[in-house]
Amino acid sequence: MDRVPILKLGDILIVSIQIDLQDMSVLALQEDLSERVVETGARGVIIDITAVEIVDSFIGRMLATIAAISRMLDAETIVVGMRPAVAITLVELGLSLGGVRTALNLEKGVALLNQIEGSQHSTAAW
Amino acid sequence: MGVALSVHADAGRRRIEELFQEHEARILKRWLEIARSSTGGTGNQADRGGLADQLRELYQALRQSFDDSGDLSDLRGLLAELSRDRARQGFTPTETAIVVFGLKEALYEIVEEDGSPEAVRGFIWFSRVIDDLGLFTMESYASAREKIIIDQAEQLLELSTPVVKLWEGIVAVPLVGTLDSARTQVVMEKLLQTLVDTGSEHAVIDITGVPAVDTEVAQHLLKTVVAARLMGAECVISGIRPQIAHTIVTLGIEFGDIVTKATLADALAHTLRASGVKVVKGGESRIAVRTVEG
Repeated sequence: MDRVPILKLGDILIVSIQIDLQDMSVLALQEDLSERVVETGARGVIIDITAVEIVDSFIGRMLATIAAISRMLDAETIVVGMRPAVAITLVELGLSLGGVRTALNLEKGVALLNQIEGSQHSTAAW
Repeated sequence: MGVALSVHADAGRRRIEELFQEHEARILKRWLEIARSSTGGTGNQADRGGLADQLRELYQALRQSFDDSGDLSDLRGLLAELSRDRARQGFTPTETAIVVFGLKEALYEIVEEDGSPEAVRGFIWFSRVIDDLGLFTMESYASAREKIIIDQAEQLLELSTPVVKLWEGIVAVPLVGTLDSARTQVVMEKLLQTLVDTGSEHAVIDITGVPAVDTEVAQHLLKTVVAARLMGAECVISGIRPQIAHTIVTLGIEFGDIVTKATLADALAHTLRASGVKVVKGGESRIAVRTVEG
């Protein structure tokens, strides 16, 4: 089973999904990610799905679940790099990923996290 | 009985083939006259020359098909070409069909002169062949017309969906004309792709040119906005005219937290504000420029 690597950049965790997601690797990713969030005390999680070309309702739910878990652990989740075709598919499936923030690319995702941080605390430490 | 009939038919058919050979020049001339009179003199001189050539080719192909024991593929190819040409040039179906059926009339005059029973029997057989070819011509004509319509619809689709850049990070889609599923799909894909390509976080969908909004169109618009939101961009819908606003409310369509503006200018102002650009009136700065110059 392929494990999705989790990268740490400052107090942000970056997950770049480059493989075809199987159900098992998704569950493993959820566990790994929640452990790493606790371990590092990260304030943000960015999930990069630029390389994901095909989505189904399971992956849509996975994104929402990861966002919910991270929020419980006080980290904001941002999904970045969604392809147009993927976005259209999700809309057709009736999944609007409520509660998940999105950004066009990794750079804008990081900027968005900093902006959220800035609005929550006046001290933008990152 | 069947055998006897077919023997008669064969004899008739042979007679027709002979007549075709003997009176080639006459039949062709008469055929051309009939074909020309059908077009009512609308064609110019060059077209008429072309028609004579086409008829001669058809005639040759028909005679060839007699020799090849009824293989009509060459003839059908020529006919398909003729009817395609005519469909493109805007001839009516009747004008196109009469070209084929004219041959029947042209031959009938020859058969009448001949007067033999074989020739009459053969004419019935020949008449059936021509009817088949006539139907084939109509089919080619109709399919050529359909192809033109499909091509035009595609061209319209390409023409009518530009995505324009209004500002750094702001794109707009001015929609003109009736929205249907196919068009919305194209608009949606093009807009989302532009968002990715240009890295724009704001989009304005302007529906000033959309004559009517029903539940279906509203649904399409909402889908586009949600898809853009999933990708991390915000959409504003602008150009909602009073009647359309009325319709939307009457239909009970919920736009939720989607920002809607009356005019494109309002939408642009909103997106500029959202992306942190400040617009100030230029009156004072002009004075400032003058002082620098002075």
